[in-house]
Amino acid sequence: MNAIVLIARREFFAYLRSPLGSAIIAACLLIDGILFYFRALTPKLLSAEVLQEFIYSASGTTMIAGLVLSMRLLAEERQTGTLVLLNTAPVKDSQIVLGKYLSALTVLAILTLLTAYMPILIFVKGSVSVGHILVGYLGLLLLGSASIAIGLFGSALARSQIVAAIIGAGILTPMVLLWAVAKAVDPPLNRYVSALALHHDNFRPFMLGRLDLGAVAYYLVVSYFFLLAATKVLEARRWR
Amino acid sequence: MIQIRDLYKYYGDRRAIGPLTADIHQGEIVGLLGLNGTGKTTTLRVLACDLLPTSGSVQVGGVDVVAEPDKVRSKIGYLPDRPPLYEDMTVREYLRFAARLRGTAQSGLDKLVDDAVEQTELGEVRGQLIGTLSHGFKQRVGIAQAIVHRPEVVVLDEPISGLDPVQIVEMRDLVRSLRGAHTVIVSSHILTEISETCDRLLVLDRGKISWAGTELELSTEFGQGLRVDITVRAPNPGGLVSMLKLIDGVQNVEPLPQSEPGAGIVTLRISATTDIRDRLCRTLVNDNVAILELVRRQELESMVLELLGGGEAGARRRSKKREAAEEAAAARKEGA
Repeated sequence: MNAIVLIARREFFAYLRSPLGSAIIAACLLIDGILFYFRALTPKLLSAEVLQEFIYSASGTTMIAGLVLSMRLLAEERQTGTLVLLNTAPVKDSQIVLGKYLSALTVLAILTLLTAYMPILIFVKGSVSVGHILVGYLGLLLLGSASIAIGLFGSALARSQIVAAIIGAGILTPMVLLWAVAKAVDPPLNRYVSALALHHDNFRPFMLGRLDLGAVAYYLVVSYFFLLAATKVLEARRWR
Repeated sequence: MIQIRDLYKYYGDRRAIGPLTADIHQGEIVGLLGLNGTGKTTTLRVLACDLLPTSGSVQVGGVDVVAEPDKVRSKIGYLPDRPPLYEDMTVREYLRFAARLRGTAQSGLDKLVDDAVEQTELGEVRGQLIGTLSHGFKQRVGIAQAIVHRPEVVVLDEPISGLDPVQIVEMRDLVRSLRGAHTVIVSSHILTEISETCDRLLVLDRGKISWAGTELELSTEFGQGLRVDITVRAPNPGGLVSMLKLIDGVQNVEPLPQSEPGAGIVTLRISATTDIRDRLCRTLVNDNVAILELVRRQELESMVLELLGGGEAGARRRSKKREAAEEAAAARKEGA
């Protein structure tokens, strides 16, 4: 079996066995449910707007869940001394990082799929396009993927999970707030700053049910960049 | 099997090891001995490809650790000073994971895991979560993960640390059982442990090998040779000392206080330049002398202390260092 799958499988079952995985899933479902009830289920909104509100609310919990899920991935291994097992096995650092990333992404995908009952509820009294739902969920997964990659990079740098979460949040928050920075910047630079924002301009197409390949590419590039950075951190530690 | 040539490892500006040159032969158990902070763990981490050297070369079975680290890693099983255990897995799950990670095929996996479980006597806890095991069992699981893929080289960093006396004896037997099938490198600062388990010693001092050889060679070099205390029942105790002095290699025979009561019972300390135990026993038996007890004296501790400057010379050096540190602290205080 490929080392990536082996590591991903071990990590995935570690999430299921520890209270962390179920706690994150339960907390996110609760928050998503509350936000859906209070923000989306209002008589003033049309069905498509309800769906947009849901995707918007879920994007916040997805980012936080991505960070929390990924903070332990390498920091905990370093803290407990188990990273040595991976480091001294004939496994590349990129395989370690990818395996960890895939395990967290799988948990996040399960969590995201479990929220599917909320958009389905819209069909009780209204109607939305299934394509809109699918594109919205693709956006959530891509946003989650980028958040996990950022968190994993933080985890590669830190020795403790708390520090990993702080580093991850320290990168993710400014990236989200770039849309606000873009407002304060003169044209044409503001367009570039806005295009780099993790949420806002890049996430809006998914909220609206529009498959924007530029936005898809953006999230994939962010994920790739931070996974590569995490790999380089692991490689550099061997030379340290 | 392992060739280390001019190996250096720096952490920033601080030299952890180097220059370090050594050869370790196939099938032998080598003890890496040294005080804390002398570079034992760093050396083992470089051997296990956990760290890369700053300069110099390390070859395991002719494969370089920098050029082809993955090839080297598949030849090595490594137990760090803190066993790398996933406490949420059962012993069996963990060993299967460790073996697969080292590239073991699915087909022979169960047999390899069963063999490792048997060799490390983990049968009774194989289905138990690692987090629920005692320290001794966890250490065994650590060794099991290091040998489960049948590596050519097994690297054990302080395998007996934190074990109780019974567990130490069991661990010693376990390490000895690896002789022949694996080349084993064991680090420890517990000298008697190294003495009991290893064929050869590498003594590390401030990142360099200050001495390499067998315990007997070390003992000879320090002029102590081999010392055995022997208790015998002899028909003619008076002529025993002069008879023993005639054995080739015997330097001195010194009577000790009688260790047990009884007619004709004598206890002697024999110093020799070489290992004379074989000849000694044969001579005594041929002369109708009953051997009641023969104990080899463990002098390793004092020899290594002398080697590492832990004796009088070392005490003088430490005292000088302390004085220098106190002077520096006083100067800083004045400056402030």
